[in-house]
Amino acid sequence: MDQPDSLALYRVMLLARMIDDRIWQLNRQGRVHFAVPVAGHEGVAGYAFALDPGRDYLVPHYRDLAALLHFGMTPRDVFCNLFAKANDPMGAGRQMFAHWSSVKQHILSLSSPQPNHVSHAVGIALASKIRGEDTVTWTGFGDGSSSKGDIHESMNFAAIHKLPVIFCCENNGYAISVPQAKQMAVENVADRAAGYGMPGVVVPGRDPLQVFEVARTAVERARRGEGPTFIEIKTYRFMPHTSNDDDKRYRTREELDAERTNDPVVLFRERLVAEKTWDAQRDDALKLELQAQIDDAQAFAEASPAPTPAEAFTNVYAE
Amino acid sequence: MPTKTFIEAIRDTLRDEMARDDNVILLGEDVGANGGVFLATEGLQKKFGANRVIDAPLAELAIIGVSIGAAAVGLRPIAEIQFADFIHPAFDQIVNEAAKMRYRTNGAWTCPMVIRTPWGGGIHGGLYHSQSIEAFFCHVPGLKVIAPSTPYDAKGLLAAAIRNPDPVLFLEHKKLYRSIKGEVPDDDYVLPIGKADVKRAGSDVTAIAYGAMLHETLAAAEKLASENISVQVVDLRTLQPLDRETILTSVRKTSKVCIIHEDTRTMGLGAELSAIISEEAFSDLDAPIVRVTGPDLPGIPFNDVGEHTFLPNAEKIANALRALAKY
Repeated sequence: MDQPDSLALYRVMLLARMIDDRIWQLNRQGRVHFAVPVAGHEGVAGYAFALDPGRDYLVPHYRDLAALLHFGMTPRDVFCNLFAKANDPMGAGRQMFAHWSSVKQHILSLSSPQPNHVSHAVGIALASKIRGEDTVTWTGFGDGSSSKGDIHESMNFAAIHKLPVIFCCENNGYAISVPQAKQMAVENVADRAAGYGMPGVVVPGRDPLQVFEVARTAVERARRGEGPTFIEIKTYRFMPHTSNDDDKRYRTREELDAERTNDPVVLFRERLVAEKTWDAQRDDALKLELQAQIDDAQAFAEASPAPTPAEAFTNVYAE
Repeated sequence: MPTKTFIEAIRDTLRDEMARDDNVILLGEDVGANGGVFLATEGLQKKFGANRVIDAPLAELAIIGVSIGAAAVGLRPIAEIQFADFIHPAFDQIVNEAAKMRYRTNGAWTCPMVIRTPWGGGIHGGLYHSQSIEAFFCHVPGLKVIAPSTPYDAKGLLAAAIRNPDPVLFLEHKKLYRSIKGEVPDDDYVLPIGKADVKRAGSDVTAIAYGAMLHETLAAAEKLASENISVQVVDLRTLQPLDRETILTSVRKTSKVCIIHEDTRTMGLGAELSAIISEEAFSDLDAPIVRVTGPDLPGIPFNDVGEHTFLPNAEKIANALRALAKY
């Protein structure tokens, strides 16, 4: 694995952004209950290209849509989940939007309390080690989550047993409204890694290729049986936490405007154009193509049946 | 047929299940080299290796969370929580994750794991080595809760729990570990989860119990037999799901029912059983439903007098059954 397919990487980043825009519109129109934006986090998708979809496992941050698209999730999957239809592949409309899950794509089901899923990633990695497989498990969470005991216990357990799990903190500087300075006393979450007996790396999320490089090093280390790595991706969230959040209450428009100059989708496009790998014409054509996919996904989801009352009662137990 | 103690039956079942299925692993504090603080897992790490019998750090949340992840990809983890009193840091993982994994994914991801833990009082354990925790977890759809009281039941139900595709909380009453012996067949058998067992036939009064209280209730029934009062003793064995059929059949036979548990009274299993019996066998009752329980105190005192005051025992149970029989 030398370099990722840059055009494939750009494609999932752009698609995630465009899906994001559509979902936000639908929520503001009152057509879906809940939107969980991705915008600003797209650059972290570089990590997905360092993994082996179908073999490795993802227990992701809920804003990892771009990475999930690389792992095989489709716009129809996303919209059926958004509209909570009976054919929602994550769970037949039982969970709120963006509680990602796919057995086939090796994406473990997410709940809401953060970061409950991180110890599960450690468990998957434990299973890999017991079975003698070099499968890697990647788990993502936010800066807020890094304050929780789950992270401490999970990192400790993984390091003791040298498990093939990678801890990825997507630090966007806010846990809803709580800024980093109120969340931790340190500058970098990754500074804690040494205290657990694993390497800690900081990487800017606006550059997906740097994220890829860091991820690849961590993945190869894990596959060699040398244990976990802690990666901190510095990123930013352009939209509110969810559609139920008013971010004007805790940050200025000036700050937002300044951060928008680091838009990972825009920066990557500009880079690809500068390298002559891409151009404006192909970009326009791609946008039309992705828009058509989104239109199709939305129409498909809206036409899909809602769950029936009886369907609320199934799958409590195996019988 | 061999006679085994309660803990020997458990240990041998763990051994047999680990031999039967390579996916079964044990994870907990002191379970490996030490063989468990009660010796429930003695010899198992030597036999199956440190890869399958894992000494965990002091971190209950991680013990359960790691087990959930391993179960999701097809291992069959048996997590041990050293004392039921210490399960609370893992409450979030048990209730929000293990119990909901199947339901929230509509059956796609599942959680075939067992959590084993010693519970109950009467061994000078004080507030934090004596707790009953069943009420919290019986209230959670998606979980199963088992509390055997005999070595024979322990083997069959533990085997069933390990083979069950859903998360099971397996409660082992610590007072019974070495004090109760019984015949346990060597051959492989499972008992059905969700089925109670009539441990003593009777006709005047139904007494429903589980755990250590099952044995106190049997002793009370034996005493009352000499007073010509015939007590039918029902051992719940599984606390969630409750065996409504066996319970209601017994209530309809005797028309009088007493529920015994050492757990505190308010919101204990007696409350749920009372509601079920009242809803479904109201016209079969000849007396109000009686509960003999621990008092509503924050814990079982360590001192002998306090502990004796707190816990139901054969004498207190016999008094209640006698009064009920005479009602």
